[in-house]
Amino acid sequence: MLRIKRVPTVVSNYQKDESEEAARRGGGCGRNCLNKCCIQGANLPLYAFKKLNKVVCDKGMPEFENREPPVAFLDSLLLGEWEDRMQRGLFRYDVTACETKVIPGQHGFIAQLNEGRHLKKRPTEFRVDKVLQPFDGNKFNFTKVGQEEVLFQFEASEDGEVQFFPNAPVDVENSPSVVAINVSPIEYGHVLLIPRILECLPQRIDRDSFLLALHMAAEAGNPYFRLGYNSLGAFATINHLHFQAYYLSVPFPIEKAPTEKITSLDGGVKISKLLNYPVRGLVFEGGNTLQDLSNTVSDACMCLQDHNVPYNVLIADCGRRIFLFPQCYAEKQALGEVSAELLDTQVNPAVWEISGHMVLKRKKDFEEASEENAWRLLAEVSLSEERFQEVYAFISEAIAAHASLEDSDGKSESLEDVDAITNPPCAMVTGTQECLVLQ
Amino acid sequence: MDSQLNFNIENSFNSRYSYCARQVLDELPDSFTISDPSISGHPIVFVSKGFLKVFGYSKDEVVGKNGRVFQGPKTDRKSVMEIREAIREERSIQINLLNYRKDGTPFWMLFHMSPVFSKEDGRVIHFVGVQVPISPPWRPRWSASGAVRNGANMCDDGDRVCGNIMFGSCRREVCSDTPVELSRVLALESVLDDSSRGLGIEETCEASYLEKQKAEAAINKIFSVLTRHSELTGRFVCAKRHCLPGAGILSSSLNISLGRIKQSFVLTDPHLPDMPIVYASDAFLRLTGYARDEVLGHNCRFLRGVDTDFSTLYQIKESIQTEQACTVRILNYRKDKSSFWNYLHISPVRNASGKVAYFVGVQIEEGSKNQDRNGLCPEMRHRSVVGAVKVAVRSLSMGAGPSRS
Repeated sequence: MLRIKRVPTVVSNYQKDESEEAARRGGGCGRNCLNKCCIQGANLPLYAFKKLNKVVCDKGMPEFENREPPVAFLDSLLLGEWEDRMQRGLFRYDVTACETKVIPGQHGFIAQLNEGRHLKKRPTEFRVDKVLQPFDGNKFNFTKVGQEEVLFQFEASEDGEVQFFPNAPVDVENSPSVVAINVSPIEYGHVLLIPRILECLPQRIDRDSFLLALHMAAEAGNPYFRLGYNSLGAFATINHLHFQAYYLSVPFPIEKAPTEKITSLDGGVKISKLLNYPVRGLVFEGGNTLQDLSNTVSDACMCLQDHNVPYNVLIADCGRRIFLFPQCYAEKQALGEVSAELLDTQVNPAVWEISGHMVLKRKKDFEEASEENAWRLLAEVSLSEERFQEVYAFISEAIAAHASLEDSDGKSESLEDVDAITNPPCAMVTGTQECLVLQ
Repeated sequence: MDSQLNFNIENSFNSRYSYCARQVLDELPDSFTISDPSISGHPIVFVSKGFLKVFGYSKDEVVGKNGRVFQGPKTDRKSVMEIREAIREERSIQINLLNYRKDGTPFWMLFHMSPVFSKEDGRVIHFVGVQVPISPPWRPRWSASGAVRNGANMCDDGDRVCGNIMFGSCRREVCSDTPVELSRVLALESVLDDSSRGLGIEETCEASYLEKQKAEAAINKIFSVLTRHSELTGRFVCAKRHCLPGAGILSSSLNISLGRIKQSFVLTDPHLPDMPIVYASDAFLRLTGYARDEVLGHNCRFLRGVDTDFSTLYQIKESIQTEQACTVRILNYRKDKSSFWNYLHISPVRNASGKVAYFVGVQIEEGSKNQDRNGLCPEMRHRSVVGAVKVAVRSLSMGAGPSRS
C-alpha cells in the first residue's frame, strides 16, 4: 500500500481535528450544518440554470454564445456571496493580500506566495494507490460544514429558464447540489461545487456530476472562472465528490500550450494532445451539444479511475475546453523517487499547479520562482510517453465503447453499470481518425 | 443601441481625429475595424466598406458590436484566447482566424490587430483590426507546396491590387483614386467568395507571405491616416508607445474588465493627491448626470451638497484611513443640483502585490425602480461589484504586459 504524508488543506472552518466537538446548543448539533440534525427547515439561496441541451454553439450564426458583457448573473451572485463571506470574516486569510506574479518567460507561469494556507495542521497520511475508495462518514465531509459556508444551491431549472430564489427551502429528498466557500482560498472566489451533497458520493466522476460542473462553467460565462477536479491519488484530500473553482483573469500556461489533433468523434468532440508542455495531457473541445462534450470527458475520467490511474481535470473557457491529465507524482513520492529539493517546496501538483498556477508556501521559493523550476516540478507529474500512450489507448477504447452503445440504444442515460473497459464491444474510435497512435 | 452608447461611439472617433478622417478611411479598400477599449463592451467605433463587403453586414449592424460576434462554432478557441491576451497586454498580434459572414458561412482570414496609443499619456486609445481573407483553397498548415502555388496565384491576380498597397505610401494621391481600386478588390474578393462556398472548412490554415504583407501594409496605411488626422485635433496618436501611462491612467485591459460591470461605481486612487476618481462606470454617469471627463481626476466631494450629513462623511473618511469596508446612506447631489439618497458601499481593493491600490465606491439610488434587479438584495449587489472589481484589479496588475504596477 502506498502512502504519502502531507498537510491537508483546511477547506472548511468545521474541519477541525475530528475529536474537537463543538458544544451542543439549541436544536441539531449546534453547528447549523448540512446533516440530518440541522438541515430540516433550512433555507439557502437557489440558482436554477437553463439546461443548455442545445449546445454551446449550435448554429452557424455568429451571435451564438458570445456574449461576455455584461457580467452574467451567476457571476454576480457568486462574487457577491463570496465577498459577503469575506466581510463576515469566514476565511482564514485575505487571499487578495497574498502577493502574486507572472513568472517571466515564454509560458507565463503564475506564482502566488501564500504563507497562511498550510500553517497549523499536522501532516496526515494519505493512501495514494487507490483512486476509488468508499465514502467514510466518520472522516470530514461536506455535510459537516456550517450553512454559512454554503453560498447557494445549484440545479437545473424545471421550466428551462434561469431562476433565482434568494431564500429557498432545502429539499432534502431531492438531494441538492451546493456551492460552498473554500476557507483556504488560492484565489478570489475559490469555491467548491458539491454535487448532490446529501448523497455522500465518494470522489469519483460520473456523467451527471460532470455535466453539472460543465453547466456551472457555461453559466458563469466568464473565461477566467475555471473549474478543476483532482482524483484521489492526484492530490484530492477529501473523499467526498467535489469540484473546485475560482477567478483569475490571466491565461493559464496550459491554455496557451500548442495542441495537436488526435481524432474527432461523431458527436463533434475533438480530442487533441498537448505539445510543448511539461505534463502530457489531452484536450477535449467542440461537440454538437454540451452533453456530447461532457459525456466524452466523463467517460474518459471513468475509464481512468476504473484503471486506477490518478488524474486531474481543468474545465476552461466557459466549458468549451477541457484538459485531462493522468498523473503519477504521488506514486513517485510514495516510492521515494521525488528529489528532496522538490519535496521541500511542499507544492502539491494538483490541477491548478499543473495548469500553471503555482501556490508557493515559502518566500524564498516565491522570490526564486522561475520557469525552469516550475517546469522541473511539473515534469515529475507527467506520465512517461510510453505510459501515456498506453493510457490513451484504453481511454479511446472506452469512449468508443460508450459511443457505439449509445448508437445501438439510442439515448443512453447512465452507463455506469456497463463494464465497457474489460469488455469493450468495439475497440475502435468512431469518427475520423487522424492519428490514433501518439508518438 | 442606446443613445448614450451611440454618443460615446461617435465621440470616440470624432474627438480624436479630424472630420475628414472618416472619408479618407472610407476610401481605403481594406477590410478593417477600429474599436475603443475604454467604452463598455469594447465596441467597434469605425468599420470600413471593405469589411462590410467581406462580411455581408450593414454598417449599423457592426458599429457598437464587439469583434467576437464574427466568431463562430468552429473558430479555434485558443486563437480567441491569444487575441484576448494581446488586448490584455496592449500589443500587436497577427493570427489566422476562422470568422463567419452574416449568412453564417465561415471563412479563413488573417487577422492583424494593433493598439493605437495616445502620444500624450501613453494610454491605448483604440485597437485597429485588419482582416485579410486567406485565398482558398485553404492550405492546411503543413502543405508547403500549396502555399507556394497559392502565393504565386495571389501575386498574379493581386498584382494591381497589392501593388499599391505594398509600395504605395499613404499619400493622398493614392487614397484619392481608391474607389476604382476598391471595386477591383471587391470584385476579386467576391470571386474568392464564390469559390469558397460549399468547400469543407479546413481545421487550420496558414496565410501566405503576401497576405501577411498585405495585412501589414493595410495597418501601416491606417495608422498613417489616424496619425495625420489626430494632428489636426491636437490629440496625437501613434503606433508605438512613447511613454508609459502616467499616474491615474488605467490599462485598457482593466478598463475593458471594469466596463463589463453594469452597476454604478467609481474607483479612486488613494496614492494620488486628493484621492481622485480614476474610473467611473457608465451607470455612475447616468446616475449623477456628469460627463466622464468632468469626474475623472476629481475627488468625489462634488457629490456633496448643503444637506449632506457630516457624520456620514466622517465615517467614510475613517473607513478609508483604516482600510476597512463600510456601508452608509448619504445624501448626494447630481449635476443638475437635484438630490438623491445614495446607499453607498466603499471597500479597499488590493493589487497583485497585496497592497491597497484603489477604493471602490458602489452607489445604489434608494427608491429607484431597478432596485430588485435579478432578485439580488442591495447588499449583495454592492458586494458583487466589489468582488468583480477585486478580481479585475488583482489579475490585471500581475506584471505581465506593460500595465502600471
